[in-house]
Amino acid sequence: MAYFDAASAEPMSPAAREALLAALDDGWADPVRLHREGRRASLQLDQAREQVAGLLRCRADELAFTSSGTQAVHLAVIGAISARQSASRGPGHVVVSAVEHSSVLNAAAQAELAGTEVTIAGVGADGRADVAGFCDAIGRERTVLACLQSANHEVGTIQPVEEIAAECKGAGVPLFVDAAASVGRAALPAEWSMLAASGHKWGGPPGVGVMVIRKSVRWRPPMPAGNREGRRVPGFPNLPAIMSAAAALEAFEADRDEADIALRLLTGQIRDRLKTEVPDCVVHGDHAHTLPHIVSFSCLYIDGEALVMELDKAGYSVSSGSACATDTQQPSHVLAAMGAITHGNVRVSLPRNTTEESVTNFLAVLPGITSSLRGSTGRAEQAG
Amino acid sequence: MISPPPADLPGAAPRPALSINALGRKCPLPIIMLAERIGEVTIGQVVQVLADDPAAKTDVPAWCGLKSHDFVGSAELPDDGGWAFLIRRSY
Repeated sequence: MAYFDAASAEPMSPAAREALLAALDDGWADPVRLHREGRRASLQLDQAREQVAGLLRCRADELAFTSSGTQAVHLAVIGAISARQSASRGPGHVVVSAVEHSSVLNAAAQAELAGTEVTIAGVGADGRADVAGFCDAIGRERTVLACLQSANHEVGTIQPVEEIAAECKGAGVPLFVDAAASVGRAALPAEWSMLAASGHKWGGPPGVGVMVIRKSVRWRPPMPAGNREGRRVPGFPNLPAIMSAAAALEAFEADRDEADIALRLLTGQIRDRLKTEVPDCVVHGDHAHTLPHIVSFSCLYIDGEALVMELDKAGYSVSSGSACATDTQQPSHVLAAMGAITHGNVRVSLPRNTTEESVTNFLAVLPGITSSLRGSTGRAEQAG
Repeated sequence: MISPPPADLPGAAPRPALSINALGRKCPLPIIMLAERIGEVTIGQVVQVLADDPAAKTDVPAWCGLKSHDFVGSAELPDDGGWAFLIRRSY
């Protein structure tokens, strides 16, 4: 039995649990109040902000906590677009890669409804953004924002953020980096204007997002202004979860190098064995430039939902980008943009505590499950 | 939004030697039907697959690339009724 869906949510770390329990006792008060409990909460919030800002290498006053990674993305993207286009200058133009998280694509789609022009820049078969095409789009008239993830959440491919950042700098266009998939797992890109991340991806509790907006970036709060988080984020902050997420990130970063080696060894084993032991199986992504913990593959002629359910029965929790296994009944837009097979898809993403034994056992059951599912759909193995 | 141009059918589409009706079938069934029946035409002949599962739009060309068959193109069927895909058997 093993949980292999860390890219959806990394199991909460002992450091996160300990910090959460402590914070529930003394981190519940309203940090904007002047009384003793409020001052204590304010101090704790500041400490958490300093801690996370230090780990993300930004200034504490550039960082706001949100209620999720998705909220951080929405506020950053919409706020940057609306600050840089006005009635007098007319609508602007935004570039996003085709493999961004749905929160980025949804924010761009909302801006498009309000008149902003949106270019969706393509990717190669490995999921890596096409740098030339992306740069051409940045160079277009009235470009107000470019959005490129640090790494892809479904296939693990690391994106060419440095190259796109250099182009953005030259063109005077702010760059938003959705770093949710890579924070605590890979070094952050050096240059960016705005960044978003999510606490439950690094072993923190659900319900904590991080939005960083560099001081030099023009940005306007898209929601009615409150007095929280520097007027950037509405609502009462979830201080216990924020304190827990900060402790989790510290612990996650401390183990990063060691975990990187261990996880790459395991995901390498999975890739090698898929090639030799599962017929008609395609492994996605750029294996030379990938996050350490993700392997995505598609097994031809198999229903992705059936594959996920059979693996679940065998004790292995994985996710899938196949249409039948998603809530929208649409195939993964990431796999589609890569021109990859979308059916029979499995994403294995290993959490930090993964043992070699659990991977060995998983690899022992997988070929039997795929061949029995092919048998049950009447698929003969002769074609191709 | 501006997306890469779809691989539309060329002006003079080749006449299919076999038509497979996978309308109403969910993926991977259209791909299974194509894989099982492409051997019924001779090398160089064209198979048409009718499908309306959204995954087929990606998976038919992806399968052709993987199996080194020639993806000729696709056309939308009337009334959002899916697509007609043309595949040339190449070996």
